[in-house]
Amino acid sequence: MADSEVTALEHAPGLKHHFDDTEQQLESSTLGMWVFLLTEIMFFGGMFGGYTVYRNLYPDAFASSSRYMNIPIGAFNTAVLICSSLTMALAVRAAQLGNKKVLIWFLVFTLILGCVFLGLKVVEYHEKWVDHHIPGPGFRYEDARYFHQAQILFFLYFAMTGMHAMHMVVGAGLLTTLIIMAARNRFSAAWYTPVEMIGLYWHFVDIVWIFLFPLLYLIGRTK
Amino acid sequence: MGALSIFPPRASTTAGEVDALYGFLLVVGIGMTALIFFFVFFFAIKYRRRSPDERPKAIHGSIPLEITWSVIPFLVMLVMFAWGTKLYFQNYTPPRRDTLDIYVTGKQWMWKIQYPDGQREINELHVPTGRPVKVTLASEDVLHSFFLPAFRLKHDVVPGSYQTFWFEATKPGRYHIFCAEYCGTNHSQMIGWVTVMDPVSYETWLSAGAGGSSMAELGQKLFEQYGCVSCHVLDQQGRCPSLRNVFGNPVKLEDGRTVIADEAYIRESILNPNAKIVSGYKRDVMPVFQGQINEEGLLQLIVYIKSLSNPPKPAAAKTAAAAGKRSPQ
Amino acid sequence: MWAAPSRWGWLNLLTPKGLFAHDTYNKLFTMHGIIMVFFFLVPSIPATLGNFLVPPMVGARDLAFPRINLLSWYIYIVGGIFAITAIVRGGVDTGWTFYAPFSSTYSNTHVILAAIGVFVSGFSSILTGLNFIVTVHKMRAPGMTWSRLPLFVWAHYATSLIQVLGTPVIAITIVLLGMERVLHAGIFDPALGGDPILFQHLFWFYSHPAVYIMILPGMGVISEIVACFSRKSIFGYGFVAFSSVAIAVLGFLVWGHHLFVAGQSMYASMVFSFISFLVAVPSAIKVFNWTATMYRGSVSYDTPMLYAFGFIGLFTIGGLTGLFLATMAVDVHVTDTYFVIAHFHYVMVGGMVMAYLGGVHFWFPKITGRLYPEGWAKFAALVVFVGFNLTFFPQFVLGYLGMPRRYAAYADEFQILNVMSTAGASILGVGYLIPMIYLAWAWRYGPKSPQNPWGAKGLEWEQSPTPPPTFNFDVPPVMNEPAYNYSGEEKEVEIGR
Repeated sequence: MADSEVTALEHAPGLKHHFDDTEQQLESSTLGMWVFLLTEIMFFGGMFGGYTVYRNLYPDAFASSSRYMNIPIGAFNTAVLICSSLTMALAVRAAQLGNKKVLIWFLVFTLILGCVFLGLKVVEYHEKWVDHHIPGPGFRYEDARYFHQAQILFFLYFAMTGMHAMHMVVGAGLLTTLIIMAARNRFSAAWYTPVEMIGLYWHFVDIVWIFLFPLLYLIGRTK
Repeated sequence: MGALSIFPPRASTTAGEVDALYGFLLVVGIGMTALIFFFVFFFAIKYRRRSPDERPKAIHGSIPLEITWSVIPFLVMLVMFAWGTKLYFQNYTPPRRDTLDIYVTGKQWMWKIQYPDGQREINELHVPTGRPVKVTLASEDVLHSFFLPAFRLKHDVVPGSYQTFWFEATKPGRYHIFCAEYCGTNHSQMIGWVTVMDPVSYETWLSAGAGGSSMAELGQKLFEQYGCVSCHVLDQQGRCPSLRNVFGNPVKLEDGRTVIADEAYIRESILNPNAKIVSGYKRDVMPVFQGQINEEGLLQLIVYIKSLSNPPKPAAAKTAAAAGKRSPQ
Repeated sequence: MWAAPSRWGWLNLLTPKGLFAHDTYNKLFTMHGIIMVFFFLVPSIPATLGNFLVPPMVGARDLAFPRINLLSWYIYIVGGIFAITAIVRGGVDTGWTFYAPFSSTYSNTHVILAAIGVFVSGFSSILTGLNFIVTVHKMRAPGMTWSRLPLFVWAHYATSLIQVLGTPVIAITIVLLGMERVLHAGIFDPALGGDPILFQHLFWFYSHPAVYIMILPGMGVISEIVACFSRKSIFGYGFVAFSSVAIAVLGFLVWGHHLFVAGQSMYASMVFSFISFLVAVPSAIKVFNWTATMYRGSVSYDTPMLYAFGFIGLFTIGGLTGLFLATMAVDVHVTDTYFVIAHFHYVMVGGMVMAYLGGVHFWFPKITGRLYPEGWAKFAALVVFVGFNLTFFPQFVLGYLGMPRRYAAYADEFQILNVMSTAGASILGVGYLIPMIYLAWAWRYGPKSPQNPWGAKGLEWEQSPTPPPTFNFDVPPVMNEPAYNYSGEEKEVEIGR
């Protein structure tokens, strides 16, 4: 082990042995996070691709079935997520300033907003369940002509929002971890990389929703 | 054919053309391989290490050389590209002249073949020499691929759509039909034979096998059975467009577009009528037939609708006349 | 070990009727495909040689995220457990391509388990790629500029780009397929309004670039070996480095050449065909440059170099037959036949596995600190080369004669060539067995290796002890000369980052 070389730096908070200095470590983490988000874009991109194909194939059916999306909840959830992005950004700011109390408060706000989103999502999913709009053997559709096509739309709806919700759940878990870490004084103005990275992740998940909402709820809606 | 010939039998007009292109690729490929092998061996031997302390001078590269060995292969590849593309378009674009239409339905694990005159076969295809044959492919279940090695042609059979290709057989004989897209347990048993006959023997074979109804007649029966006839009234204004002279002609749609009524269009309009509404008609009048009619029945309906069209050119009359000849039975 | 199914498979094809039940054969080739593609070819070089060598080569103490690296190993194991469970519980019969609607609706085997295995192992691949990208960008030693990076690292960088951008797409495709199989909601099932061709597009969007994930690291290995055993600076360094990235980028735009007969628009096919030819140019550039590197060099015939000769020859054949498949009219005839099988085995096995073996022999002293028996190694390299060609060359002929792939039984006239192929596979099997034995032996009992047995250049040989300590270097490394400075000219004294 290159002890002689790293001992001098060992006291820098959070610095791992294999990095030269905190700056290099932060740059690496940031780049790593951005690359990770790139993979996430491709991940959702596959589903957006499928969505584009079927929307082109069956525009009428999609117009018909987007009528069953709950716009008030969707719109409210959009607002919730945008607010949570703001609180997340403010949390990062607080971490930067080394203000532990404010940091914890904003993380808690963000977490609560995330949970509100997820709770409303459950309400929406329940609605679909009651209406038999869950694809599969129990699927029913009011307009018999579009039975198959509407099922594909709902399939995509559940795949896309489901994947998004799963990312939200993961995000909530990460926020909880951050809160615990912050409470244990793990962050300082000199080292708060996890807060910044999870902030990036959180914003990304929000942005995905910003695309999902119009595509699934608004565009081409009839009546 | 010798036991170790590298070419399968050539039995269609395209086989020779594909072999010629393949020959060109072989020559280029073998030439390039020989060149690389030669230089690798030559350098390896000529510049072998003679003493452990050798320190050859560095050569960092040469831009002119790099450009040469990028551009020349690229130009050769352009020839391959142009030649291959031209032939591909030719093989996948059926000629407009008088084609013999044959309908193939793939099903785990057999090929069901229907002729316009009503003959049906399983895993056997009979075609005459000297006449373009247009094959329309449909699948009852999964993906298959209709592969005729002696004709150097194949096409995937995709459930939910029609695929077409064409060939003109040249040499009488019996050749393999293979399924080339993996389709389950007995994929390797989804094989058959194509029998190429001279036109006279083909006519004999055709009349010997006749007896049942033609595809168009079967289609007409289905047309009545499913009640299509009550709305699609021939030669009159009904609730739905008359189907006389629809096939092969442009259709004006409600949204202003114009499409040619080909097999794919008719298929879509039966299975999912609201996809394209003819201008001046209402949507939701016709029921959806998705899942109601099997692929063979669909093909019969399409042939029937085809038979309602005036032959666009005198040449095509032959098929129609052949169909008509047998109808009084 | 998992190459074994192929051996049983060839045994099956000794006789036209086949020795096994069709079902068994179908499951064998599926298992062979899934294991070899997703659990061997994709991770092999990056996860072994790459993980070990990229950090010392760029002069880093470790990869940027060692824990993520460990995580990717566990993820790989979990994925492997799913895939093996699928096999143990009765197997999968869809082919490694999982084409819908057969896989989503018709197959009654353990598709979901195998799909989860592929899905999970994908994340292992993504995390490896992510780690390499960050390491190469941020962890280079002072003086290690981009134009001094070893070509092995360039190749891994290009590979990582594909892993990071392509793998998520196969992951989501597999998820959709799994949901479709459970729910029968119709996304890929035409009977319910879905589009089976969409699956093929999504599948090949990853799986074509994936073949470059497999071959690019191999190309990187060959660049190192050829330079070292010719004692020459690599000819056209910039072109070789850039061609890796060009392959990675163009590789994303050629997936449609798997669909020439699947009913995609002829004009789309034309574009895909053209780009497929384009991607051949950087591959050709590499072959020419390796050959030219030997010009006026000092070429030795140590085992790694023998594998490099094998690689150049077999990859040339594999690459040139790729042109046959890019030529649309010929592709119509040979696609889904043994011609394709032969082509990609020439690239994957003739190319990538040769490079892998070459790399393992090249860096074996570095990694273990011991030397392997050179005589046995040369003998094995020869056996592998002969066995390989005897196995796969006849398959080009079989393919053009029209023998379709994935056939458990075949027409009588194909027997002679199939027997040749089976015989070759047995020889190839022996060829792979020998190195496993003597390398395992040498790991324990081999003579101690000197610091740099080949006299190779590069930070990993010159500045990191053999075998390397935990953090690779005892003294912080500095790159003070151009890459591959075998002639020893123009050494600089000191260079800042």
